[in-house]
Amino acid sequence: MRAFTELYMRLDATTKRTEKLTALESYFRSVAAEDAAWALYLFSGRRLIRAISRRRLRSWAAEAASLPGWLIDECYDNVGDLSETLSLIVPSDSEGCDASLSQVIAERIKPLPQLDEGEQRKLVMQTWRDFNAPQRFLFHKLISGSFRVGAAEKTVCQALANVAGIDAAVMAHRLMGKWEPTAADFERLCDQASAANDPSQPYPFYLASPLEAELESLGDIADWQVEWKWDGIRAQMIKRDGEVFLWSRGEEMINEQFPELVAAAKRLPDGTVLDGEVLAWEDGRPLPFHMLQRRLNRKRVEMMLFQDVPVVFMAYDVMEVEGADLRAYPQDKRRARLMQLTSEFDANLMTVSEPIDCESWGDVASCKQQAARNGTEGVMIKRRDSAYEVGRKKGNWWKFKRDPYTIDAVMTAAQRGHGKRATLYTDYTFGVWHGDELVTIAKAYSGLTGDEIREVDRFVRRHSTDRKGPVRLVKPELVFELAFEGIQPSERHKAGVALRFPRMARWRKDKPAKEADTLESVQALLAQVEARQ
Amino acid sequence: MADLIEQRDKGLYCAVGDFWIDPWEPVEHAVITHAHSDHAKAGHRRYLTMADGVELLRLRLGSDITVRGAAYGEGIDINGVQVSLHPAGHMLGSAQVRVEHKGQVAGVSGDYKVRPDPTCPTFEPVPCNLFISEATFALPIYRWADSSEVFAEINAWWRGNQAVGKTSVLFTYALGKAQRVLAEIDNSIGPIFAHGALMRYEAAYTAAGVRQPPLTYCEASAVRAQNGAALVMAPPSALGTPWMRKLGKVSTAFASGWMTVRGRRRQRGVDRGFILSDHADWNGLIEAITATGAEKVLLTHGYSAALARWLREMKGIDAATLVTRYGDEDDDADGSPERAAS
Ligand SMILES: [Zn+2]
Ligand SMILES: [Zn+2]
Repeated sequence: MRAFTELYMRLDATTKRTEKLTALESYFRSVAAEDAAWALYLFSGRRLIRAISRRRLRSWAAEAASLPGWLIDECYDNVGDLSETLSLIVPSDSEGCDASLSQVIAERIKPLPQLDEGEQRKLVMQTWRDFNAPQRFLFHKLISGSFRVGAAEKTVCQALANVAGIDAAVMAHRLMGKWEPTAADFERLCDQASAANDPSQPYPFYLASPLEAELESLGDIADWQVEWKWDGIRAQMIKRDGEVFLWSRGEEMINEQFPELVAAAKRLPDGTVLDGEVLAWEDGRPLPFHMLQRRLNRKRVEMMLFQDVPVVFMAYDVMEVEGADLRAYPQDKRRARLMQLTSEFDANLMTVSEPIDCESWGDVASCKQQAARNGTEGVMIKRRDSAYEVGRKKGNWWKFKRDPYTIDAVMTAAQRGHGKRATLYTDYTFGVWHGDELVTIAKAYSGLTGDEIREVDRFVRRHSTDRKGPVRLVKPELVFELAFEGIQPSERHKAGVALRFPRMARWRKDKPAKEADTLESVQALLAQVEARQ
Repeated sequence: MADLIEQRDKGLYCAVGDFWIDPWEPVEHAVITHAHSDHAKAGHRRYLTMADGVELLRLRLGSDITVRGAAYGEGIDINGVQVSLHPAGHMLGSAQVRVEHKGQVAGVSGDYKVRPDPTCPTFEPVPCNLFISEATFALPIYRWADSSEVFAEINAWWRGNQAVGKTSVLFTYALGKAQRVLAEIDNSIGPIFAHGALMRYEAAYTAAGVRQPPLTYCEASAVRAQNGAALVMAPPSALGTPWMRKLGKVSTAFASGWMTVRGRRRQRGVDRGFILSDHADWNGLIEAITATGAEKVLLTHGYSAALARWLREMKGIDAATLVTRYGDEDDDADGSPERAAS
């Protein structure tokens, strides 16, 4: 438990990926395989079953510390995390427990669900006496099913791949398969011998950079290919050894969410890798992104949803043909190969993102203005003679996005943030006017500077009118310009609309609350956007 | 009967003696508990403070102030009211103020801690009828370990950094905490450098007889020349500034009671948080307050409402919150120990 706690704290203390990698690698290298297996299990977002309710834990802690319930709530409000609060209030002088992670899980966590309440209480109280505060904190997280770690699954995967000496994509593929937190499975995951020819392995994506300079600075338009910037999920379609692998940019395999695309891609010749976008698609036009999200959120797609939200793989590049890496070829040549490969497909399942005819930069600019009407995010500008690069290398692929939509809304409530922001009020609710009332329109938590956040935090504390659980209602006084990427009808929201990716673009200190937008003006915007799609 | 000390617009006021304690606006006669900025304001006509604190007050407020220094326990008559200063254990020159008139005794704690500190005499409870106490860390999540344990951690962190060639940069409040750390840290580990904000108080500490290790003004090139062997002491305001980048490879740490909470530790963006405070923890506050035997308790700073309710419900003491301008929850909401620790 010491090594695991130290690892957790190291991951928690840094935001730098390289430091997280170092911490994870040295942990995986130094602990026994069964401990590493359990850590990996927990870090992969797999949970132990929730053995004890938070309420029960809280009342035992109150009893152990001889403190009234209200005082524990007061502490919780200050700390922002119940597991941590309880770890700090239970009295104990222990310098910590030396048992390993797998021992702790076997002896103190796994047995809990089978015990009756009295035995559970005994085991928990004993653990409080044996553990120090950071260990108690992790113990609470583990038994209440709320353990989360400050490292992305991708980083954990990378660290393990480094330790095992195999490629990260191969490791990701293996982690997606079946394995249990045992020493044997851990050693199998790290086996180097079988790693060589994993057919699922994707290429790193080439990422476009936002174009901030003038279009004209790109030179002659004849050197560039212009496409729509599709608003879907960037994905790589791989067909090798008779199998299809569909990877999202987040290095997640999404075969299960899009079985019809996987079935269609079976027709691709072996040794083919395509780059493209998965889109919700009907009658040759994209459907709004929220439709696609409904598919993405399900692991197993029911028949209904299948028909309700048809999807397409919109290919725009090819990296591999007949097993040969084509990435060094110029864009034009790759494009020709792509056309050959996809010509025989049902265009409702697999199609190619056609270049737009643009004779001048002026044409490109007006395309960008039309983007919302096409249901796209803007345009992509790709240099015709460029290779397929790795990562966000600037210069050859540019994205030129349409302007976001904006409204001015009034802050009506605030809540504390998470993690690093847990002691500050950083998550806000916004309303627009409907008569004399403010109707909630969106929640947002990004876009402000640290200084602005602290200023809003002080405002919230001083002008709180009421409290509902963790939410503080505030005097409706502050106005913010919210920017968002889309707007859609919603029955779940009181206002009848939902905004996509709302964030605070500007604090409108110049605007009195009374002059913020109205629900009517927001509904008019929705009608406008819907009419275009 | 009116209390001997009451809350007025400019601060805590003793009407019979016509003097103020730690007032936040200019007054005629101010008794100052200690030199931290939320307690010691400029602009008063006359100051009274503990003798060891006189020089610190001058450094902060100017050498031209009119200030009288008193020894701990020395009786002073102010307009017929008996006033004396008693150890608060918070920092050099920090005092509780005892005020007596016609058999009634009031105590004003200023900031205090009950555990020993090598830079000043240990806190002594002052029996009184009315006790005005600070409550900065008045929640049961705040319970300090022995300072020997904390310093063992700090020393180990410094040695560990040396082993990998990283300079150790320790952020502490510049006045009080920094000198306590210097007095308790194992200075045989390596050379110690200090940011200018800390250097200015060294002479006053040494003159008051506080043991301080040799300290060098922190010049980046000199620090780098130590190849990671050095400890650099700096105020929190230096965190994340260009000054820090010049030091080369560093490991950063913050020493404050606020480091108890993970969220605040993460907010600071340092590699390590050491839980080291010059305020009383939850148990210390209760111990100190009950030791006075006061029948009425008024609380300032921090989580005063929680402690007041606890004292009423669990101890039957008449306790309430005083709204002052000392670092309260709103001001240190960003966990800023610069303000909160003062
Ligand atoms: Zn103070
Ligand atoms: Zn202070």
